Amino acid sequence: MSFASHYSYWITILLLVTGLYILIARGNLVKKLIGLGIFQTSVYLLYIAPGKLIGGTAPILAEGFRTYSNPLPHVLILTAIVVGVATLALGLALVVRIHESYGSIEEDDLLTADRADGNT
Amino acid sequence: MSPHLIILQVVLPLLCAPLIVLLRSARLAWLLSLAVSWGTLLIAGALWWQVDQSGPMSYAVGNWPAPWGIEVRVDRLSSFVLLLIGLSAALVAPYARVSVAAELPDDQVYLLYSMYCLCLSGLLGMTVTGDAFNLFVFLEISSLSTYVLIALGRRRRALLAAYQYLLMGTVGATFYVIGVGLLYLMTGTLNMADMAARLGEVRELRPVITALAFITVGMGLKLALFPLHQWLPNAYASAPSAVSAFLAATATKVSIYVLLRFWFSVFGAQALFTHLPIAEVLVALSLAAIVVASGVALFQQDLKRLFAWSSVAQIGYITLGIGLANIQGLSAAIVHLFNHGLMKGAIFLALGAVALRCGGVTTFEQVAGLGRRMPLAATTVLLGGLSLIGVPGTTGFITKWQLVQGALASGQPWLAAMIVATSLIAVGYVWRFVEAAWLRPPTALSAPPGEAPASMTWMALLAGAACVYFGFDTTFTLDAATAAARALLEHQP
Repeated sequence: MSFASHYSYWITILLLVTGLYILIARGNLVKKLIGLGIFQTSVYLLYIAPGKLIGGTAPILAEGFRTYSNPLPHVLILTAIVVGVATLALGLALVVRIHESYGSIEEDDLLTADRADGNT
Repeated sequence: MSPHLIILQVVLPLLCAPLIVLLRSARLAWLLSLAVSWGTLLIAGALWWQVDQSGPMSYAVGNWPAPWGIEVRVDRLSSFVLLLIGLSAALVAPYARVSVAAELPDDQVYLLYSMYCLCLSGLLGMTVTGDAFNLFVFLEISSLSTYVLIALGRRRRALLAAYQYLLMGTVGATFYVIGVGLLYLMTGTLNMADMAARLGEVRELRPVITALAFITVGMGLKLALFPLHQWLPNAYASAPSAVSAFLAATATKVSIYVLLRFWFSVFGAQALFTHLPIAEVLVALSLAAIVVASGVALFQQDLKRLFAWSSVAQIGYITLGIGLANIQGLSAAIVHLFNHGLMKGAIFLALGAVALRCGGVTTFEQVAGLGRRMPLAATTVLLGGLSLIGVPGTTGFITKWQLVQGALASGQPWLAAMIVATSLIAVGYVWRFVEAAWLRPPTALSAPPGEAPASMTWMALLAGAACVYFGFDTTFTLDAATAAARALLEHQP
């Protein structure tokens, strides 16, 4: 049945919308970054799952190895994970700086403070 | 000419960035960035000339042949965008020394130059790469460095602006990767030319259309396509002056280039505009961007913020040209990439000069009487402003003229009327500046008499003068844009 055989895509979509929802709906800057992390994780799954064949091995040209998994998506996602880590690190660093200068990491408080600064 | 030039211009700034961090000297950092920026302009000029003479160039990175290895490609469109990046970098780098030293604590100055080199490298990489995933890597290199550059702004709201841009930008980039992932699943390749060739039979399938949607929305976030523009005004208004000028001139333009590359070179104009209502949606969004953002700009108090909102409107003109999907409209869009880069570069450079004299603030109170206090800076903003309106004799007029012709050629005279009518809103906000600068007497808050240091004033004025020069002599800009547009439209994958 197609629903069961495509379960990795369903998980991808679930992670994607969960992450995006947290990103939009939460006011706490750290929680927003958590949402962003979940959102990015969905992409890792989208790439990696189709590259895997059940019973497949690394592409080795030798006797006894017939079914190969595609290694390229895994390598691509290694890059994407590094990018994701860098983004998350920078985001958290910004949150620390925001907390130092505003004294809060709740979006509503920050926007109120910004308005009080005279920047609309 | 060395075939390695294409990759060399990406590698040079990429190597300079860590070198600057190791040197930890503000002066050496600036010298290196200056050398890299001018080197970029030289290489971009050489590549443009080469492409003009003998057609597109391709380079296999690491000597791995194209569909497997990463291909780096320069054609008419990318060489034109490279020139814009090179020119902006060459104008901003000499300007940055005084401006950055005044706006940042001494121990952070070299970090800004390091990030600037990374950002430059990322933007150049996005423009030359022929590999869809490699493009994502360069996109993130430029984006991550941009977030840091914005966060270096002197006021605390810069941090919040950088954070908001980080969220929006990462969502945009991730959407782009999802799109590329779906395309990879359907075609089994990441090389753009190869992808275009293999899309043939599966072009109409749902995953491909979904990929198109993800890439369009993702890049729409990065290029601040209405209504995905919320990050832009805050980011440009609170970044350090030199950074605002560089980003306003280049960042969104490169994202528009990526969108053009995917729409026309990978998916193909024919399939795109005949089977999907992309053109109609784009025209509607562009008109909304022009009207709404220009309207918001009218009521801004901070000039940097005013012109940042105007950027959103001007991007609307670019996407409107793309939405017309004919040769005049598309060449208007491409020439406006360049023209708008020049105008906004000139305006933000001049505003940075004003900010330097007024302690970092550029509201209408500071520019009151600016025509007498800082005549050169005020003139530069005026030249850029006239160009934004599209007064004959400025670059803006060339764009509007092409756009109107494109609208008429596509049989939509009402669009031509809209293009002319919306220019009047630009007259409104530029007039507010003219009134404050020349008709109002200076107040206690106004800029003190005297220009900013020569390196800043003259770089800004040079960009302003270019707005006028390219308004009269279009042999370079318009011809290059038309040739690029023709190549895009004729390309049949």
